[in-house]
Amino acid sequence: MAPVADVVGVLAVQGDFEKHLVAFRRCGVPDDRLRLVKTTEHLAGVDRLVLPGGESTTVGLLLQRFGLGPALIEFAQEGKPMWGTCMGMIMMAARVEDRKQYSLGVLDVTVRRNAFGAQVHSFEVDVPFKPLDETVTGVFIRAPIVVESGPAVEVLSEYEGKVVAVRQGNLVGTSFHPELTDDTSLHRWFLGL
Amino acid sequence: MSTTNGVAHAQKTWREKVGLAEMLKGGVIMDVVTPEQARIAEDAGAVAVMALERVPADIRVQGGVARMSDPDLINGIKAAVSIPVMAKCRIGHFVEAEILQALEVDFIDESEVLTPADVANHVDKHQFTVPFVCGARNLGEALRRCAEGAAMIRTKGEAGTGDVVEAVRHMRTIMAEIRQVQGAREDELYVLAKEHQAPLELIREVHQLGKLPVPNFSAGGIATPADAALMMKLGAETVFVGSGIFKSGDPAKRAKAIVESVLFYEDAKKLAEISAGLGEAMVGINVAAIPDRELLAPRGW
Repeated sequence: MAPVADVVGVLAVQGDFEKHLVAFRRCGVPDDRLRLVKTTEHLAGVDRLVLPGGESTTVGLLLQRFGLGPALIEFAQEGKPMWGTCMGMIMMAARVEDRKQYSLGVLDVTVRRNAFGAQVHSFEVDVPFKPLDETVTGVFIRAPIVVESGPAVEVLSEYEGKVVAVRQGNLVGTSFHPELTDDTSLHRWFLGL
Repeated sequence: MSTTNGVAHAQKTWREKVGLAEMLKGGVIMDVVTPEQARIAEDAGAVAVMALERVPADIRVQGGVARMSDPDLINGIKAAVSIPVMAKCRIGHFVEAEILQALEVDFIDESEVLTPADVANHVDKHQFTVPFVCGARNLGEALRRCAEGAAMIRTKGEAGTGDVVEAVRHMRTIMAEIRQVQGAREDELYVLAKEHQAPLELIREVHQLGKLPVPNFSAGGIATPADAALMMKLGAETVFVGSGIFKSGDPAKRAKAIVESVLFYEDAKKLAEISAGLGEAMVGINVAAIPDRELLAPRGW
């Protein structure tokens, strides 16, 4: 578990950021150590950051328009832990397959958006997660997958041969949404990075 | 999917349905009638688009029976964008809903903007894998829709007017009624369930959560960044903008500004910058000047 002094931020430009706050509270992070990050000023003093689920085109545009993008890139390059769930992973990726859209480019992977199709193909399944002994519940909602990754990237989880969780140093990406379940094991693991 | 029985399946589907609504929070959902408009909406930062043949303002002017859109139009819009695509079915028209599900739209709006197909029953939304959003004017109506399986509620407002007054009325009503239920004693919940004509279990959930069991968005009459920010301050988690964008002088600019206003709804200085130089807003109609029989919000029960 992270030192108590750590400030945990959740990017709050758009998406299910509240659900991550709830998960971290349940992990015992006190409210005065939790920050919603909408602007560059909010990022100051944050030690580890989650990029939640949401719409990657919307968030990408807003990060560009209001200058938070470069600050997030710097945050990741300083080696501070950063975890993207679904949209968050797309936002961290170096490349988005078949599309020109803004991303931070800090995680050396190519992602495929909506890899399982429209909402009617969204699903829930237990998936292995390498750093933990037990499987975790993967809620996949119009989820992306990793189709290609660089040498520094470790695969943490696969589902039906598709890469659905990766790690590169202190940067983590998951296709699924642990914040929508009652299981906080991934949040606890992230706090220990 | 690793489901063992029907109940487990329903519960799992439920989490993904509400999950998609969660992903749309803090965003703007825009009505579009062509693939070009859908692209403008996506480029402006919309979190989703609502594929329609006519925006509500035109439905008001042209009259006639308003129905589900042509599947060709919906498919054209789906092909044009990467964000979720929603479409409307008539209240109670479960076959239109089945067709929309077969088209793989991402969300169905069982909407009072279209002409109702059933004067008593709404669609049994539990029977679908696609999530539904439904309109509501008060807590009881919202919870009846949740009981039928709605994964998202939107306050109705009065669509196609550009007049925010009804959206405000409905949001204030729902939020006030939530506070009343939240503050009630346990032994008062039975009577509250009766008064709101809502299932007791859902009244209990509101009592415990202090909010609706599903995300609560706002719609019907939002035309400016200030309108959008107002609805967010009153408790909306996302806004729908229908006619307000593509009936204005400069849709791309206005769409972008409304997206920004939802992000910075608490920052009046930023809102001042965002609101400047947007060109003409939609002309609009005062809701007070509309005869009762032409109002859309009373449709649905």
